[in-house]
Amino acid sequence: MPVTHDFEYRRPQTLDEMLGLLSDYQDGAVILAGGTDLALELKEDLRRPDLVIDIKGLAEFKRIEVIDGTLQIGALVTFSDLLASELIKSQFYPLWESAASVASVGIRNRATMVGNICSAVPCMDSAPVLMCYDAQIALTSKAGEKIVPIAEWFIAPRKTLRKADELVAGIRIPIIAIEHAGVFVKLGRYKGEDLAQANLAILMSADLEYRICFGSVAPVPVRAVPIEEFLRGKKPEVNVLDQAAAMVETLISPITDVRASREYRMHICKVMLKRGLAVTHERLAGKNAEHLFILGG
Amino acid sequence: MRQVTITLNGESRSCLVKPNETLLDVLRDKLGVKSPKCGCDHGDCGSCAVLLNGKSVRSCLIFAIECEGMEIRTLEGVSGDKLSALQEAFIEFNSFQCGYCAPGVIITATELLETNPHPSLDEIKEALSGNLCRCTGYTPIFDAIMAVTKKEDE
Repeated sequence: MPVTHDFEYRRPQTLDEMLGLLSDYQDGAVILAGGTDLALELKEDLRRPDLVIDIKGLAEFKRIEVIDGTLQIGALVTFSDLLASELIKSQFYPLWESAASVASVGIRNRATMVGNICSAVPCMDSAPVLMCYDAQIALTSKAGEKIVPIAEWFIAPRKTLRKADELVAGIRIPIIAIEHAGVFVKLGRYKGEDLAQANLAILMSADLEYRICFGSVAPVPVRAVPIEEFLRGKKPEVNVLDQAAAMVETLISPITDVRASREYRMHICKVMLKRGLAVTHERLAGKNAEHLFILGG
Repeated sequence: MRQVTITLNGESRSCLVKPNETLLDVLRDKLGVKSPKCGCDHGDCGSCAVLLNGKSVRSCLIFAIECEGMEIRTLEGVSGDKLSALQEAFIEFNSFQCGYCAPGVIITATELLETNPHPSLDEIKEALSGNLCRCTGYTPIFDAIMAVTKKEDE
């Protein structure tokens, strides 16, 4: 399927040049990093930009680094880069786990985490973990720099707070000081290129504070705040898990589509929560618990 | 139209492209390299895989214009004058039937063995999870790759 729509292509070498182009073209421009989503949207004629701005010339966005107690993931960091990073694997394991679950190596070599949260398709694998880490989105434009908490970032399927003249420079994650563990749980039909039917991230700290976020079961990712509050101070024992699972129905609003029914997603989210909490608890106790990739549907 | 120059299988090649032409179409139709195949055209099936600066990518999801100055290796560049050990093993194990997925599988497996010469079966399955084959059920493909890793041990 060729792309029928003609567009201009620019690959700016400086951030100033890049932001100038965005400011001049506004909605007429689209930003290209890995392009694994954008190329499809162009093929299917879902977008008809005048200008495609390739940001791969801007080396400053290629970095994964810790600055002042904050992990910074640049706009050009691919999922393969994240998987190859010892820092991510040793200190942000749920993030590493979610990156590992994205598609397959040929996609992960190009696709970026920033692109994933900019496309903001409800089944994205990056969002639940980032929501649990209370990540911040760093935006830059000719007007200056701006930080948006990820909890406010997603406003609808495929819609974010990004304005036409803004570039997402990166993702910032404040490092959690207290001892903690976490997990990323994904439900798919098979390993490989499948999209999540539902996904879930959990963080749990040694003082029994919880952060829980569901993805792919509502228009935007859902932080399960009532469950987090219910669980506060409790260990995930069987009766506690059952009560937490019973609260899931009021929080998420899954749809029926080609990949799973509403009822199945609702049911499996409770299972995922219970298994996820159990695994997180084991990991917190220093056990090397398995990945939770659930195949079903 | 803009001139794009790439290193294709070790040779410097140039051609004129429109910004909306995919790398897959340019490789096949303008540069005459026919091993990358168009399967799903959506990045799901892996039959268009090529190595871009040494990493496997979906050439159907990349515009040729993005590749200025880069190095691209296709199946034609993997074999060179004679078949690679991996290709020999695929023949020995009768790994393919129709062969449509073969170039993508060989590219992906080549990348795997270049980065991890002794993968476990699970690692092989994970690496090839984005290459769909509708003929074989995958077993003879995995067997061939396992055999190559063992041969290197000897």
